[in-house]
Amino acid sequence: MAEESQGWLARLRSGLAKSADRVGGAISDVFTKRKLDQAALDELEEILIRGDLGVATAARLTTALAKGRFDKEVTDGEVREALADEIAALLAPVAKPLVVDGGPRPFVLLVCGVNGSGKTTTIGKLAAQYKAQGKSVLLAAGDTFRAAAIEQLQVWGERTDCPVIARAQGADPAGLAFDAVRDARDQGHDIVIIDTAGRLQNKKDLMAELEKVVRVIKKQDATAPHACLLVMDATIGQNAHAQVEAFKDAVEVTGLVMTKLDGSAKGGVVVALAEKFGLPVHAVGVGEGIDDLKPFEARSFARSLMGLDG
Amino acid sequence: MFESLSERLSGIFDGLKRRGALKEADVEAALREIRVALLEADVALPVVKDFIDGVKEQAVGQNVLRSVTPGQMVVKIVHDALVEMLSPADPEGAGLAIHGNPPQAILMVGLQGSGKTTTSAKIAKRLVERDKKRVLMASLDVYRPAAQQQLQVLGKQTGVPVMTPVLGEQPVAIANRAMETGRREGYDVVILDTAGRLALDQEMMTEVINVRMAAVPSEVLLVADAMTGQDAVNLAKEFNDRVGITGIVLTRVDGDGRGGAALSMRQVTGKPIKLMGTGEGVDAIDGFDANRVAGSILGMGDVVGLVEKAAQVVEQEDAEKLAKKMMKGQFTLEDMGEQFKQLRKMGSLDGILGMLPGAAKVKNAFDQHNVDDKMIARQEAIILSMTPKERRNPKEINGSRRKRIAAGSGTSVPEVNRLLKQHRQMADMMKKVGKKGGLKGLMGGMPPGMMPPGMPR
Repeated sequence: MAEESQGWLARLRSGLAKSADRVGGAISDVFTKRKLDQAALDELEEILIRGDLGVATAARLTTALAKGRFDKEVTDGEVREALADEIAALLAPVAKPLVVDGGPRPFVLLVCGVNGSGKTTTIGKLAAQYKAQGKSVLLAAGDTFRAAAIEQLQVWGERTDCPVIARAQGADPAGLAFDAVRDARDQGHDIVIIDTAGRLQNKKDLMAELEKVVRVIKKQDATAPHACLLVMDATIGQNAHAQVEAFKDAVEVTGLVMTKLDGSAKGGVVVALAEKFGLPVHAVGVGEGIDDLKPFEARSFARSLMGLDG
Repeated sequence: MFESLSERLSGIFDGLKRRGALKEADVEAALREIRVALLEADVALPVVKDFIDGVKEQAVGQNVLRSVTPGQMVVKIVHDALVEMLSPADPEGAGLAIHGNPPQAILMVGLQGSGKTTTSAKIAKRLVERDKKRVLMASLDVYRPAAQQQLQVLGKQTGVPVMTPVLGEQPVAIANRAMETGRREGYDVVILDTAGRLALDQEMMTEVINVRMAAVPSEVLLVADAMTGQDAVNLAKEFNDRVGITGIVLTRVDGDGRGGAALSMRQVTGKPIKLMGTGEGVDAIDGFDANRVAGSILGMGDVVGLVEKAAQVVEQEDAEKLAKKMMKGQFTLEDMGEQFKQLRKMGSLDGILGMLPGAAKVKNAFDQHNVDDKMIARQEAIILSMTPKERRNPKEINGSRRKRIAAGSGTSVPEVNRLLKQHRQMADMMKKVGKKGGLKGLMGGMPPGMMPPGMPR
């Protein structure tokens, strides 16, 4: 497993290879060497749309590209490099790992997101990372709704050798979070990671439930939660905007984690999200293994997206 | 967040209210906006292109219905085209194919987190309750922690038996054991829930192909999130090409995603969307509703509904004729019955009111007076239980006739009395207003449930 860490970029790239082939390949088709005219720009814009960057972001990027190049002969390589640079510049400010060191103790980390986005798996991977850094981590099985979600987190607890605080299915997640923060403090853990049930952002009652979890956590520690991660599936499209907006309104999301970047999906929506919300992207999930959670690197992500090497 | 399509279109069409046939320029201007709307709804780009070309051909030269704008008309044409594309080519193919020698297997495939396990349980429950099938479930997900346990719990919740997992047993072996159990214990359907997998993952795809060969399922359902982005086309294509799917189940249709992925997947595979998940409960699964999904893709079910209704409901002339009649005080029970019929034809009161801007107030008034769809249906039934002569001449309706009418309509004599009284009040009011020469202020004084539609303002 040791060689994996040095090769994560390669893994991300191979995960993205297919999509990059598609995006990059499509760009090659448009620009072996031709004039950058309006038709070419339209095609380019469409290629970006196909990468889930969204209509508005795609339009802005192509406009930026056209600046100073319009009506000039350009090559495929130039277009890719230029676009990758634009995207990297957009992403650089948000590529920030989650800093726990030097923060409060216990550091209360709340994890939320829609159903099936990969919250529990992400928590397992986070726990493994912190554990490897020599920290003590308490996990709270706050998804008391979905069948066997508690057991799923318990398995991760065993794998990462972290204690898990759990209650029966159907129990009040806010009460559990309250106890988790108290136990973490009493037992001297460095970090407590609180899982929550998946919820669609348009379900008012479920979002209210999440707000309550935060309110109740604050009764233990008024400064908590110290981070609130929104976990998002890289395959989702433009609904990502609505997700960020709604979760941000409800619980002050402090950062994003993009999961399932190992598929053919490009996760291009992250570019549009960076532009619009500027929320840090703390990590990306690139596989199912325990070590498959990696820091988000703007430049390599942008270049992978465009089918370019490192 | 996204500017709604109606806002975009109203900008374009402000200048051209009411015209005859749709001109090419109008259509093109509208389609440019619709293209963006479809892309924002996550319909895949190649699909959008084909679609727009097809719609353009259909739309140019069509007559604009009275009382709608050209923009609304284009939206309606687009909506109809969407519904057509989303609907199965063969209506027979809309349901699950579970015929033939039992047990028939249903294989569930899809990406991680698309909702396969929950959907498996929902389908099982639906088959048990609606189709009276004996259903067995088995989890082939030996990878995700507690996935097998999740299906066990769902089995308990739904009362559907689940194969007990054996530690270390591999997916193909589990499938074989499940089919064997199904045969031995006389199950009609065996639902095989597989692990989430990427189409790019050769090993995992080989595994699911092997399961398919072992179980010979009559249905291979691709479970896909309605919020999927542009990648939906690739995802559906890969699964269809590699594993061979028979249908699609769209999950999280209850979210506020626009669901454009549905169109992409339907288009690229040619396979029907058979079911959709509409909530978190184990009952929350429905047959695929092309209208609903088309409405959310366009984000303007309101306009479409209005155009449809405008086309169905009485022509303006009829309404005017009636209004004249009413003002002369010749408002018979027959006319009243006709009003009820039209009201009902327009759909539920809540639905109609929901479509109209600023209707909340009217709705409150209705709620206060207990006006609901049921009440209108009952009142219509009362009128329908009268003879034509009685309807034209309510004074003839004596005690014994009232008893007969009540019995015939399944209501009671007091209810018949109330209706007759309402009719009388209404007719009186019409006469009064007719004399004064104006219908303003009539609505406020009208007894509940008596507001005739199509009345000239």
